[in-house]
Amino acid sequence: MTPAISCRGLQKHFDDVKAVDGLDLEVSPGECFGLLGPNGAGKTTTIEILEGLTKPDAGEVTILGRRWGGQERELRERLGISLQESRLTEKLTVYETLELFRSFYERGRDPERLLEDLALEEKRDARVGKLSGGQRQRLAVACALAGDPEILFLDEPTTGLDPQSRLQLWERIAVFKAAGRTVLLTTHYMEEAERLCDRVAIVDHGRIIALGTPAELIAGLHAPHIIEFSSEPAVDDELLSSVPGTGERRQRDGRWQLAAANLAQAVPALLSTLDDAGARLVSLSTHRATLEDVFLSLTGRELRDE
Amino acid sequence: MNRRAQVETTERRRGAPSERRNPLFALTRARLLEFVREPEAIFWVFAFPIIMAMILGFAFRDRPADKVAVGVAGEAGLRAVSGRPLASPALTVTVFPTVRAGLDALRVGKIALLVENADPPVYHFDPTRPEARIARLEVDDAIQRAAGRRDPVAFRETEVHEKGSRYIDFLLPGILGLNLMGTGIWGIGYSIVTSRLKKTLKVMVATPMRKSDFLLAQIGSRFFFLVAELVVILAFGVLAFHVPIRGSLALLCLTALVGMLAFAGLGLLVASRARTLEAANGLMNLVMVPMWLLSGVFFSSERFPQAAQPFIKALPLTALNDALRAVMLEGKGLPAIAGALAVLAAWGLVSFGVALRIFRWQ
Repeated sequence: MTPAISCRGLQKHFDDVKAVDGLDLEVSPGECFGLLGPNGAGKTTTIEILEGLTKPDAGEVTILGRRWGGQERELRERLGISLQESRLTEKLTVYETLELFRSFYERGRDPERLLEDLALEEKRDARVGKLSGGQRQRLAVACALAGDPEILFLDEPTTGLDPQSRLQLWERIAVFKAAGRTVLLTTHYMEEAERLCDRVAIVDHGRIIALGTPAELIAGLHAPHIIEFSSEPAVDDELLSSVPGTGERRQRDGRWQLAAANLAQAVPALLSTLDDAGARLVSLSTHRATLEDVFLSLTGRELRDE
Repeated sequence: MNRRAQVETTERRRGAPSERRNPLFALTRARLLEFVREPEAIFWVFAFPIIMAMILGFAFRDRPADKVAVGVAGEAGLRAVSGRPLASPALTVTVFPTVRAGLDALRVGKIALLVENADPPVYHFDPTRPEARIARLEVDDAIQRAAGRRDPVAFRETEVHEKGSRYIDFLLPGILGLNLMGTGIWGIGYSIVTSRLKKTLKVMVATPMRKSDFLLAQIGSRFFFLVAELVVILAFGVLAFHVPIRGSLALLCLTALVGMLAFAGLGLLVASRARTLEAANGLMNLVMVPMWLLSGVFFSSERFPQAAQPFIKALPLTALNDALRAVMLEGKGLPAIAGALAVLAAWGLVSFGVALRIFRWQ
């Protein structure tokens, strides 16, 4: 089967900065694929190269079996693209904007239906300039859906949105995916990637450093649980290395994070170690490892350095 | 039409297959809507040229010849000299109680001449002032006629007040040309640079929209503004100042249309690369300011030296102004302005062609 999206050896630099540094990717039809990484990891450059908006310095891109260049419009008929932080014309109303974008495609979705799809009916005749951030973002996605695309590209679709808008968008993307269409999105929200994506590529410094389903990536940690604690007085790394059943350790903001394969074994061991060292436990919590922890474990940095 | 539109809307709401509008039409419509919802834009396109024409029209309006102020000193005024008061439509007469007071007024320039009521009367005036010499002639004429002088030679007078030779007649075609240039270059330039800045342009380029449709819509929407500008400015000139339109109205409209296309092309070219409003603004001024000065908007471009004339004549605004004036004021036909129209068409085509090639879409 022809992959919906594929690229090989993608490279792009701006001045001295290598934004994309040899990136390979393959997305199957019907798959929802996430590019996950911190700001500046090269996600936007990558997705814009795939969208045919930026020319790579090196590498090959194939979308629906075709290359960019030549019959570009035919290919664009089949794609829906929502850019990061683009602003639509403020003086037009929501409906007028959708009508305009609908006119660009040979066939597509009725603007009235698009309004329903993204819960914008009430804002039908409101000027774009008067919309909230969440409404604007929903409108941007509605515009991307105007041509009833086979592939939907979304660059940070929910960044800066309120929880309700985010949920609405997630629902809409899920419906699109359920219809057998392909989605490629970038995000730095773990929850978004875990909820929506069939597969995730973790991107850092323009390269993919991990690739798989969210479950696979988390399982790759060998320690699906994370114990977080703080103590008085604080304890050092050497002491913790002796706690049985714990793996990787990190200290942030005065709190320790320990990866553990088995909580029932690791927590009592930690408590007795602290007790022996004369340290009093101030706080203790545990959670199941997330993609956030995967990223942390791979790079030693947090995803959201905002 | 309306009912059909209503039926269509209802059908669409029921979920009938989605109909596609023509993208060029949709883009043009969007651009027009955007414009009419921008109050400032309306002001600059319509109100500004009219205000400018009004101010300049009033400042340089043709006044009746000024009256000359003269003074008469003596208890009974000039009655004693002529038996009748000093009366002439060209004079404003002030009576002073004493000769001394009259001479004071003459010294500070309040009056141009003082008639001292004596026998014979004395004219006090400064012959180096043209106004004083006019006063001397008018006063003497009035006194002599009052005393019974008859003209030995009979003559007739015909006054000439030809419409079309006044400053406002010269100015109005220039303002029309200036406005077509300003709205073409600003209207298109700002709209494009703003959409590039806000990435609206990039979003559109990511769709199958034809790039030429986008550029043509910019020019197409200008066509509607052109009609409105032309009607408003011409109506103002004709109704408020009785500016003549001696040539064919159709030819005048054609000239304005060709001019509009030339400046729309220039507007696209100016906006084709600029990444910031400041850069675009600088470029627009670079293009427009020389033409404001050189192209004969406020005064004839013939005033510039002969050596500069070929360059000045090649500027699109000079060509447009010359053609507009030839049609409006001189009633010239197509052959007389064909050269100017060719200059405009060349500017439009070349700049549109170059703009399309070098246009930066992101």
